[in-house]
Amino acid sequence: MRVAAIIAALVALAVLPRVVSPYFVTLMLPAFAYGIALLGFNLLFGYTGLLSFGHALFVAIGAYSAAVMTAKLGVKSFELIVLGAAFAAVLVAIPVGLLSVRYVRIFFGILTLAFGMLFHSFLFKFYDITGGDTGLRVLRPLLLGFAFQDLDKTAFLVGPFYYYCLALLALLGFVMWRIVGSPFGLHLMAIRENRRKAEYLGVRARLFCLLAFAISAFYCAVGGVMLAIGIGQADPELAYWTHSGELVFMTVLGGFANFFGPLIGAFSYIFLKSQLMSITEYWRFVMGVILVLIVVLFPRGLVGVAQTAWARIKRS
Amino acid sequence: MMNLVETADVAKAYGDFVALDGVTLSVREGELVSIVGPNGAGKTTLVNVLTGMLAPTRGIVRFKGNDIAGIGPVRLAEHGMARAFQLVHIFPALSVAETIAIAVVSRTGKAFRFFGSVRGDDAVMQRVREVAAIFGLEGKLDSEARLLSQGEKKLLDIASAFALAPEVILLDEPTSGVSSADKHGIMRTLIDAARRGGVKAIILVEHDMDLVAEYSSRIVALQAGKVLADRPPAAFFSDPALINAVVGKMPAQRH
Repeated sequence: MRVAAIIAALVALAVLPRVVSPYFVTLMLPAFAYGIALLGFNLLFGYTGLLSFGHALFVAIGAYSAAVMTAKLGVKSFELIVLGAAFAAVLVAIPVGLLSVRYVRIFFGILTLAFGMLFHSFLFKFYDITGGDTGLRVLRPLLLGFAFQDLDKTAFLVGPFYYYCLALLALLGFVMWRIVGSPFGLHLMAIRENRRKAEYLGVRARLFCLLAFAISAFYCAVGGVMLAIGIGQADPELAYWTHSGELVFMTVLGGFANFFGPLIGAFSYIFLKSQLMSITEYWRFVMGVILVLIVVLFPRGLVGVAQTAWARIKRS
Repeated sequence: MMNLVETADVAKAYGDFVALDGVTLSVREGELVSIVGPNGAGKTTLVNVLTGMLAPTRGIVRFKGNDIAGIGPVRLAEHGMARAFQLVHIFPALSVAETIAIAVVSRTGKAFRFFGSVRGDDAVMQRVREVAAIFGLEGKLDSEARLLSQGEKKLLDIASAFALAPEVILLDEPTSGVSSADKHGIMRTLIDAARRGGVKAIILVEHDMDLVAEYSSRIVALQAGKVLADRPPAAFFSDPALINAVVGKMPAQRH
């Protein structure tokens, strides 16, 4: 049942570029990017119980790595960019995580928020390296060594790049699925549910929180690379704390208690935002109302709503 | 018999307050040692020192000959000592099978497997079913812990500690919150499970003198941070002054 639904979703996404306008297809790129980032974010939030308010930091590291590698270092291979960005993010995540995972709940959240803000001001101040408020350009990468030079920018993005990102989402989604079902994943959930008891059962709480933190940074950076290539720009706004808030929003919108919640959240958020922005300039207000309603009425998010509805249909 | 757990002249002070003052005791293989004493006698501090939670201010605490002063819960579990708390500690949203599997995974050193499936690991699941069966939870494997009855939660809490296959288990008032009709049933389940599971010694912290009298091989009485007495039950309960000092009442007559 679940496998069938996943295959159906992948097939639908694969045929999408053939049936809808390129505008909608380009909307899917950030949805894929956030989908990947949130899979990692939710390993930390939904599974380990650590709510970070600073994960835009790692998305931005992914984006800036892509910019530096393509425009400054001349590295064009998308595969190398993804690996390099993820490596950079993990490198930053280890010291940040070491300091942060010693704390739980609000203290963890505040500390991660602080690190995110530090990085944002770094991007602003070190103009020569980061381009300051204008950010850095991200050049078109090679996919598996192919340049696709006969395609213009949009054709590249909605064509080969779209399918590459979809494949990467499926691959990283599968890997995350295995992680949450593994002994490691079980120990993360034990930490979320009762850290003290978990430790008496031999769970290495601090080390495993750190590993979850590093894995989440890896995923966020991969998402950041995709996002930056789609936009063609690494922007300091990517590291701003409101962007971290958006990551939390998307996850809560979809439902953090479910593996697929963050993916649903990413797609819904991107679609909702684009629709609302075209209707009203007060789209942030509407988003705020939606968030309040979700938290108050549907704490399990859109997935929770769907599950409740499905259970009702089956009963009647 | 070899001393599994021993302390020598252990003291623990919090500022000016002396919680433990020169405690020397030992737990040997095959024993069930009860620690008793009035509130404030230092039982909780002693338990925290014995389980490596607290480092003593002075003195030695050893488990199987290794210094375990302040080593913390994870390494304590690796050494082979498990602890069950007085208040029920469960993982509310996890199932019975998952809860027990947490300990089985630690015990078998499989925690660093990032891709293998827990449910697909026959060895782990076999052991989970074994432990669940000992505690009568085999019919509840897929129930979420939060949906169990209070007694079942208690059993699950202790079952997860047993799943570590510890050599020594420390039980802090295992029957608290259980009706007095059930308390002997739970104690027998525990002791039987311990024997079958290869537990070599049990340390019991208990207020209930019925249970202490019935199941202890030795009783250590604490008062104001000092060991007041360390005797087998018969010698302990034949000394009214001692009982009075420790609990203020005799155990109920058993028929």
